[in-house]
Amino acid sequence: MSRNTWKFHGGIHPPQNKQQSVSASIRQLPLPDKLILPLQQHIGAPGKVLVSVGDRVLKGQLLAQAKGFVSANLHAPSSGTVIDISDQPVQHPSGLPGKCIVIETDGKEQWCEIHPIDDYRQMDATQLLATINNAGIVGMGGAGFPSHVKIGTQQTISTLILNAVECEPYITSDDLLMRERAAEIIEGLQILAFILNPKEILVGIEDNKPEAIAAMRRAAQESTEANPGAPCAVTIVSVPTIYPSGGEKQIIQILTGKEVPSGGLPSDLGIVCHNTGTVHAIRNAVIEGKPLISRITTMTGNLVTDPGNIEVLLGTPVSHLLQHTRTSANQIHRLIMGGPMMGFSMRSTEIPIVKTSNCIIAADDQEFPDAPPEQPCIRCGACAEVCPAKLLPQQLFFYSKSKEIDKAKHYNLMDCIECGACSFVCPSQIPLVQYFRFGKGEVRKSKIETDKSDRARMRFEAHQERLEKEAAAKEEKRQQRAAANALKKEKQAKAKLEKEAAEAANPSTAASTAQESSNEPSNNDADEALETLKSNATKASKRYQQAKKALQMAEKNGADNIDKLREKILQLETKASDAKKALKEALPSPAKKIPAKSDATPNNTPKETDTSAVIAAATARVKVKKAQNALMAAEASDASQEVLEHLSTNLNTARTELEQHAPSEPTTGEAQ
Amino acid sequence: MAFISVTSPHSHRANSTAGVMQQLLLATLPGVLALFWFFGWGILVQITLSVITAVLCEAGILYLRKKPIAFYLKDYSAVVTAVLLALAIPPIAPWWIVVIGTSFAMVFAKHLYGGLGSNPFNPAMVGYAFLLISFPLQMTTWLPSEGNFGASTGVENTLQLIFSSSPADDASNYDAFSGATPLDELKTQLDLDQSTDILQQQDVFKGFIAGAGWDWVNVAFLIGGCFLIWRKIISWHIPVGFLAGLGILAAAFSLYQPAQYASPLFHWFGGGCMLGAFFIATDPVSAATSDKGRFIYGFLIGLLIYIIRTFGGYPDAVAFAVLLLNLAAPTIDYYTQPRSYGHDKPNRGTAKKDS
Repeated sequence: MSRNTWKFHGGIHPPQNKQQSVSASIRQLPLPDKLILPLQQHIGAPGKVLVSVGDRVLKGQLLAQAKGFVSANLHAPSSGTVIDISDQPVQHPSGLPGKCIVIETDGKEQWCEIHPIDDYRQMDATQLLATINNAGIVGMGGAGFPSHVKIGTQQTISTLILNAVECEPYITSDDLLMRERAAEIIEGLQILAFILNPKEILVGIEDNKPEAIAAMRRAAQESTEANPGAPCAVTIVSVPTIYPSGGEKQIIQILTGKEVPSGGLPSDLGIVCHNTGTVHAIRNAVIEGKPLISRITTMTGNLVTDPGNIEVLLGTPVSHLLQHTRTSANQIHRLIMGGPMMGFSMRSTEIPIVKTSNCIIAADDQEFPDAPPEQPCIRCGACAEVCPAKLLPQQLFFYSKSKEIDKAKHYNLMDCIECGACSFVCPSQIPLVQYFRFGKGEVRKSKIETDKSDRARMRFEAHQERLEKEAAAKEEKRQQRAAANALKKEKQAKAKLEKEAAEAANPSTAASTAQESSNEPSNNDADEALETLKSNATKASKRYQQAKKALQMAEKNGADNIDKLREKILQLETKASDAKKALKEALPSPAKKIPAKSDATPNNTPKETDTSAVIAAATARVKVKKAQNALMAAEASDASQEVLEHLSTNLNTARTELEQHAPSEPTTGEAQ
Repeated sequence: MAFISVTSPHSHRANSTAGVMQQLLLATLPGVLALFWFFGWGILVQITLSVITAVLCEAGILYLRKKPIAFYLKDYSAVVTAVLLALAIPPIAPWWIVVIGTSFAMVFAKHLYGGLGSNPFNPAMVGYAFLLISFPLQMTTWLPSEGNFGASTGVENTLQLIFSSSPADDASNYDAFSGATPLDELKTQLDLDQSTDILQQQDVFKGFIAGAGWDWVNVAFLIGGCFLIWRKIISWHIPVGFLAGLGILAAAFSLYQPAQYASPLFHWFGGGCMLGAFFIATDPVSAATSDKGRFIYGFLIGLLIYIIRTFGGYPDAVAFAVLLLNLAAPTIDYYTQPRSYGHDKPNRGTAKKDS
């Protein structure tokens, strides 16, 4: 079965060193006395501890529950007692200890209640997904990404890929798993296919594993024969042996020719990619109901007398493995978890096996000698030639070293998969990957700092805005107050002026016109007063007439919002004429005594009619004043109109004159 | 028990900068032999002088810079610079020429910029250009080719020429038996309104393509260059671009006016062309770095060489063309980033804030 494959850029051919560990079949070790289970065995949040020290736990019992979406459950690999929940040395590049649940095994291997599923095809996808989620399964190829997150994608999946490449030297755990349990792996694939409903299932295996390829082909064939109605057949693809073909992005490119977009996920291409061990664990979780409590780990390296693959319980200390593979631990120069290209060097043999521990290499100083001192980069470009992400490591090296974050990002530092191919070929022995990890850390740090400062800036700007708004509101209030005060003062000034005018008029005429005066009026003067009122009224109406004309002219000159003004002027006019009418009505009874004018309080009035006339005139005056004020307000709203200003002044003076000329003889009697 | 903590990868391919340099030196052997055959003992003397000077300069500067001397000397980079410079110098040039040139290259062009890997210009070519500008006569005076491993001039005579007393009487000394290179001669003759027909007439041009001896020297360097490409010490991009740039212009002009312009073959196998294409321009430190960038870089060097050779004031132009393109290399790099995995198109230009 040959299927077209694609090539990825670069790649290297490091010495395989796989033959040491493939001769023996997968074996088990005696139960360790103590199991150390780190809460963090996956990418994402550590789980929430459900047990406490002293609790007896059963094999398969949930110890820690996933916290958040990207997290994973943790189960007891064997029955026993929780003797400690504390920080223990764990496998982490930082070398810092991590929180672990320590179980003292009782040797009974007593299972908790498990729920095997007889026919998963009768279940729906969400139930199966929940089963996988509950089983605490994470990507067992190395990264430890929670599997249910990958499987639970909302995107339509067209291709399911089994990454059985195992391109790292030394590691053979997937190889042996495929050789010995191919049918179970195919079953796991069918379960995933049932959930994801892809169009095709591709299994990529490097051509240096002919036994595994044969076993998988056989199993796939049998599976197809046994289930003719299976959603889709499994295609086993032999891919050329080249590191790092087992990188997720690389195997996708090899099998489909597509590239996962930078910053994107395979599911963006309709692809889900799983590791062999992971798929096997999924099968165990669904078919047998067993959570992920063990894995196949390759024990190899020069110092291991009995190398091979071991089905080891999670939490088993590496020292237990070393002891049972007859490893001369005192000669260990470098102890590596994972492969020689991407694995981590361990600091202690007490570090436990976790879900992602696919290999332990116990090497002496011949196998992995210390790196010679770094020499200057001569930009030979060997790194760029082998880079599977098609980066320019020689440039990234300079930018990472000099912390030129923007330039490093511009050269796509974040697309580095840290495969180590560049370091492997570097003639100057520069630990490039180390620089890139540092550079990536700097990029992340600067991102965090940028986000922080962005937030701070936004907060500051919001604060400034708020302050400005408050200041503006205060200013507006202040102006309103000032305007009101000015108006009040003006009114008072007007009133004062009127009063003075009236007082000034008093000596020459017998009538008193002041609003507040309540002196005794003389009968003789009554007629004269009436006359005066009359003349005042007519004069007022005349002035308003003039004002109206001026306003009309202003209108012609083209002012927009003088319509209102005009209306008001007209209103003034009518009111003025009303006042005149009232005055005229008052005229027929001139013989009567006219009391002193008192607008507001006509208490001490001798005659009703006279009083009413005076009141009408006064009211008219007040109205005129009011109208004037209104006009002024209107003016204020349109300060640019010079004509209007002039007009208002006219009105103003007219009004004052009206008051001032109150005692004078009427000149004209026009009422129009 | 605690072990040292080292980051991945834990295994390395057994290769080293020293190995790269050694293979480069090995690849110059055919060229050195050809030069020896045609121009006598001088070339070997120059190489010896140059290497000694370079190693002494390197050691001295490393001492001043408080760097481990043996560690850096073992990378052979000083030797490579020295050999490349010596190969470009006339075999009978006086001893102080090569000493001054080499020390200038090592001290000014290499270490003042920070040593290996930090020099923006090709040190050997800086040294060469420095010499050519300062001592044009000595730098353009070659022996006529012989073809007998210097038997006719002899070791003693050569040594005497090189170590003869003062620079002042050099000129008169040479004139008796030295001459210009074919490139130089062609330029002179064309300037005198001769046509390229002289290529068939004069002795100096009596090679199979481009002048006596010179074509074979170039062939030898071509062979060495192919070895380098085969050993993956250099990529093909710079030499191919180099020869393409030079060849295209030469072909265009010689097709246009064959009497005025020499053929591409003459240019390819004349002067320092192959040495420049495979050994000088390919210095990775000062060249453009991506494959595409390297091709463009080489191509532009080729164009410049033709332009300077044909229209410029110097008979050969490898040094100036390489130095000018050294200047342009960072800019070329900015615009020739490869398209990375998962990206629709390559990034261009300089980094922007928050790009």
